[in-house]
Amino acid sequence: MWIISSQNHIETIPPFIAIFRPKSFNIATSKPKTPMFLKFLKLEWKAFTRSSSMGQEIAVKILLGFLGLYMVASCLVLGFALYHLLTEYVADRSPIHAVNSVLLLWVVMELFMRFFLQTLPTLNIKPLMVQPIKRNTVIHFVLIKSIFSFYNILSLLVFVPFAITCIKNGMLTLSQALGWLAAILGILLSINFSNFLLKKKFADNVQQLLPYIFIAGVLAALEYFGVFSITRYAARAMDYVLNYPALAVLPLAIGLGLYLWNYLTLRSNFHLDSSLKSKVTEAKALNLSWLDRFGPLAPFIKLDIKLLWRNKRPKSTLYMAVFFLAYGLFFYTSNAYSSLAASKVFVGIFMTGIFMINFGQFIPAWDSSYYPLMMSQNIPLKEYLKSKAALMYLSILILFLGTLPYAYFGIEIVFAHLTAAIYNAGVNIPVLLFSGSFNKKRIDLEKSVFMNYQGTGAAQWLVGIPVLVVPILIWYVIYKFSSQTTANLALAGIGIIGIAFNSPVLGFITQAYRERKYEAINGFKQQDA
Amino acid sequence: MIEAVNLTKTYGNTTVLNIQNLVIPKGESFGLVGNNGAGKTTFFSLLLDLIQPSTGHIKNQEVQVNTSEDWKPFTSAFIDESFLIGYLTPEEYFYFIGDLRAQNKADVDALLHKHSEFFNDEILNNKKYLRDLSKGNQKKVGIIATLIGNPEVVILDEPFANLDPTTQIRLKRIIKELADDPNVTILVSSHDLQHTVEVSNRIVALHKGEIVKDIATSEETLKELEAFFAV
Repeated sequence: MWIISSQNHIETIPPFIAIFRPKSFNIATSKPKTPMFLKFLKLEWKAFTRSSSMGQEIAVKILLGFLGLYMVASCLVLGFALYHLLTEYVADRSPIHAVNSVLLLWVVMELFMRFFLQTLPTLNIKPLMVQPIKRNTVIHFVLIKSIFSFYNILSLLVFVPFAITCIKNGMLTLSQALGWLAAILGILLSINFSNFLLKKKFADNVQQLLPYIFIAGVLAALEYFGVFSITRYAARAMDYVLNYPALAVLPLAIGLGLYLWNYLTLRSNFHLDSSLKSKVTEAKALNLSWLDRFGPLAPFIKLDIKLLWRNKRPKSTLYMAVFFLAYGLFFYTSNAYSSLAASKVFVGIFMTGIFMINFGQFIPAWDSSYYPLMMSQNIPLKEYLKSKAALMYLSILILFLGTLPYAYFGIEIVFAHLTAAIYNAGVNIPVLLFSGSFNKKRIDLEKSVFMNYQGTGAAQWLVGIPVLVVPILIWYVIYKFSSQTTANLALAGIGIIGIAFNSPVLGFITQAYRERKYEAINGFKQQDA
Repeated sequence: MIEAVNLTKTYGNTTVLNIQNLVIPKGESFGLVGNNGAGKTTFFSLLLDLIQPSTGHIKNQEVQVNTSEDWKPFTSAFIDESFLIGYLTPEEYFYFIGDLRAQNKADVDALLHKHSEFFNDEILNNKKYLRDLSKGNQKKVGIIATLIGNPEVVILDEPFANLDPTTQIRLKRIIKELADDPNVTILVSSHDLQHTVEVSNRIVALHKGEIVKDIATSEETLKELEAFFAV
């Protein structure tokens, strides 16, 4: 009775008083936090399931799904087998101490890996800023969400089974295992949240990290030469936790502290002008008039060079190309690989073609944000594709010249690289261009490249087979039946035939682009692919 | 001359455009008005062969746009920001378009100089990439870029939106000047009836994909259109 009367009372408040009821304020404060969290979760789920990459490309979903399952399974197997492996192969200490002794190494590696792979947790907060939602709720949501990242779960999939097998084998008591796991959890959280701080601070200028890398290098050297072993101290700290499980509070507290630190930084950045508004970079002129000798292709090549130079993601393909010039060192300095005959061709295809592969597989998606312009301006499609091919020819030439120092390891390496370069130019470029006609995923040029599957469709996975596997297979088969020189000549011959038939092949590819033009225009329009 | 015959565009069960016959003679200044979803952008996209017609076709000066690319040299358009290249400066963008339309640097510079008033000192020599310009300034760049290389067909989708009043007035002057050239067919779409009436000598109103009005502009046109849209 009382409840009903009170409800009636509220309803009979005259309108002008109702205005003074702090309605919007109520929503944010009087309700418990969970519903708002649930709403955010729902938003996230919708963002995930409704992104156009989810809907269309089932093949990518399946492949990524398998990759994920595979990693989960491997971690679980490792977790359960670790105890037995360690008892078998590490004689001088017990499994748990063996794990403790490499824990610091794991932390460093995990941090390093995450710095490049894990993305900052984000929530599109712009539309939420004017809504009656407490700022704190949004930030807590973003941070707590990151705890459930795949990386944290993978690590736990190793540590939890390991702890269980330790208990089972009488290595640890239940309280010891729980304390140890709690400490691990604390470390994981610390890694998780310190990574975000690091990324926020250093992601844009990685060179600032150099002093810290130097310190790590010094510590590693001290460790290696047995002067000062930091890992021993770290291991001893973890051993203490086994003796006094309550000490696990310490790493947990550190994790919590880092959480709070993140919280405070995010909170102070929760304004449009500080973090959401994109930075305005000063335009720098590039003098590319030397490219005018390419005649009708010059404008496009110049445009592509500006594309590569001025945008984050394409620029990283340039860095990758330079970085991979060192790839040969892995092979040619190790006896195991250099005795493998086919490795030279593989390395050659890879080193001279790395830019071609990274750039070529996303043609024409690099131009996705202005594809309607390219399709309606006075640009014959064939010229457009020719210019892309020309850029890739250029890259192969430059990268081949870059691999010349490998002559130090034997002149036949240079021949193998030359063979690979010719094959790349003659066969792989048309293959990549053709596969590009299936691209219909938008690429945001300013997003970073690591683990960025944006723009990736089934075509990208499938094209790897002809580009990398086929030439090595051809070379190897011929090599088996005759000699290295014949194999080189044959592969180069195929490449030269490809170059000779360049024009009709390009005509055919142009047709493929024309047929899928509307699909591409429509696909490139979809934001957040 | 632009000629659309039996032109329809359907997505699933919804027909978003249905034009039985529309002829736009050479030299006409053609205004397309209609509410959101009336089919204005769809029509322009079909004209530029960015989407495929479900039935029928469009011919742009005797070239059927979805079978040949030969309409491209004499046609230019600005539909939305997907016609801009974000990582170029305005100058680089103009020169790039100039390169595509066989205009040398001096030709482009002359055109830019002519329209320096329209830019209002906010575009050129600012060391900014297009992606960092405001929406309005981006639009100015896109509109002027359509004039490079003396195109015979100029297509502008919602050119007045996002522009400040002064620039709108200047834009009207530019469009009228273009319209005076008997060789240039100009197609403008807008929500804004008054602007369209001012710059066009013929106005077509679309409603749910169909042509509901097709009138030569006169004193009464604005009133007639307002009466039609005041539902």
